[in-house]
Amino acid sequence: MFAFVQEHWSDILSRGIEHAWLAGLPLLIGLLISLPMGWLARRAPWLRVVLVGGSSLLYTIPSLALFVLMPLVVKTSITAPINVIVAMTIYTIALLVRTVADALGAVSEETTQAAIAMGYTPLRRFFGVELPLAVPVISAGLRVAAVSNVAIVSVAALLGIRQLGFYLTDGYQTNYWAEVWTGVVACLVLALIFDVVIQLITTVLTPWQRGRAA
Amino acid sequence: MTMIRFEQVVKTYGGGEKAVDDLSFEAPTGKITVLVGPSGCGKTTSLRMINRMIEPTSGHIFIDDQDVQTANAAKLRRGIGYVIQHAGLFPNKRVVDNVATVPILLGTPKQQARQRAREVLELVGLPGDFADRWPSQLSGGQQQRVGVARALAADPPVMLMDEPFSAVDPVVREQLQDEFLRLQRDLGKTIVFVTHDIDEALKLGDQIVVMRVGGKLAQLADPAYLLAHPIDDFVAGFVGRDRGYRALTFTETPQLPLAAEPTVPLGTTPEQARAATRDEWLLVVQDERPAGWVQPGQIAAPIEPAMLHRGGTVARASGPLRSALDAALSSPSRRGVIVGDDGRLLGTVRAHQVLQAIEATERPPVDEADIAPERADLSADR
Repeated sequence: MFAFVQEHWSDILSRGIEHAWLAGLPLLIGLLISLPMGWLARRAPWLRVVLVGGSSLLYTIPSLALFVLMPLVVKTSITAPINVIVAMTIYTIALLVRTVADALGAVSEETTQAAIAMGYTPLRRFFGVELPLAVPVISAGLRVAAVSNVAIVSVAALLGIRQLGFYLTDGYQTNYWAEVWTGVVACLVLALIFDVVIQLITTVLTPWQRGRAA
Repeated sequence: MTMIRFEQVVKTYGGGEKAVDDLSFEAPTGKITVLVGPSGCGKTTSLRMINRMIEPTSGHIFIDDQDVQTANAAKLRRGIGYVIQHAGLFPNKRVVDNVATVPILLGTPKQQARQRAREVLELVGLPGDFADRWPSQLSGGQQQRVGVARALAADPPVMLMDEPFSAVDPVVREQLQDEFLRLQRDLGKTIVFVTHDIDEALKLGDQIVVMRVGGKLAQLADPAYLLAHPIDDFVAGFVGRDRGYRALTFTETPQLPLAAEPTVPLGTTPEQARAATRDEWLLVVQDERPAGWVQPGQIAAPIEPAMLHRGGTVARASGPLRSALDAALSSPSRRGVIVGDDGRLLGTVRAHQVLQAIEATERPPVDEADIAPERADLSADR
């Protein structure tokens, strides 16, 4: 395996970057879409059923099917990375809408009431009080989504899109186990990097939680 | 001038259950009006209708003759200080930024708002580095002080307070109440204060609105009147026992016939002490201030602080009659110690003399409408 890694170092790196891109960008877009959806889901019980229930169902679509069907929806060729980006965004939303709704719901009633009484407008209250306080819970959901994205993106290897999953399929077909293991370890390392980065950002965004420990 | 006026305010929840029923009263400018009653009497609902956290089903609430219904809700709230039970501080903002919240919402530049926040924090007894802490690093009492500071930061003429001191322990509560009264003497805000604790209502209120379950006004009166003349069994029961004695809290002490009391300073020898009085008890002073009683017949060494009997309370001549009576009742010599405003001994007084003074005081005259309100209504109709 080390021989394989040494020999293909630059290829592994470039595929790793592609993989990170395909998993990470949808994470960001998915989060941005999930925030207003999660906020809306808190407005009325029926909205919650539609948005949380509906988005959760999306996660049950098999990834390969989604990759194959995506070109029919977004009118691109099957090997275009945009298919993967859109599909992964859908999976991210599926995981995060519920998380965002729950995270906003976990903000204490007292704090929300105090914010209203101080004269916050709903929008300012969301960005000034509710969203910052929801960060720890949203972050936990985001970490799950990140790991899930890294895993699912490797399936896209079957479509010939450049990423780390290629080592799994190629290694398996050529019975070259060092290559398979390289793919496995590379995916693992990438997932770990995502996890650490998310935790770091969370720590920066929630200084009051460190205050609690002190 | 900032007065709050309720006019026939009704709040009905789904199912026709009335939380507030035809409530009319005025909260006068610069005074503390306390809404008090058992749980379910609609006092918090009434409070929250003032800043439109809850909308009335019918009726009107005016602040300065402006119907709050016609105001923009968020803007209205920025002009009204609000303090809640567990302070409700924003955990994600440092203390200084919690306090600066309303000034910033009003458009004050951040630097200036923080400067103001530090000033207000000092006012409520949280100086210096408290400003830079997180709310989770404060005790319950300190959080409540920050809550008060946050309500005061934009210097609103009106403050709404919803059981602000009920979640802290009794000692801290008393301290917060005293400081709050001191603060209010300087600031003169128009305050509506909600509590379920009648003693807190009597202590803080310039005017008390007693509400009964179902959201109806039971009685509106000042504390002395409420203790002297509760309008019916409900109010009498709610105000509680010992009303006659508690009413003395609100009666100023008239000129009492003070007797000169022989005293000795700390360090007096037993011989000197026995020579100073023929009575069983002798008052010991320190810098002309009463320190405690000793029994000259029982001591064998020069008087030191540990020997003093501390059971007797000390009353100020200008304080309420309740303190004067208590000083007499609690004194081991049966002679109540009376001091001037500077704490120096003026003399002693006996219980029967205080009682005589009490009997000579006037009780609040009964409002005719309170004796038979139904009758009064009928006669008005005729």
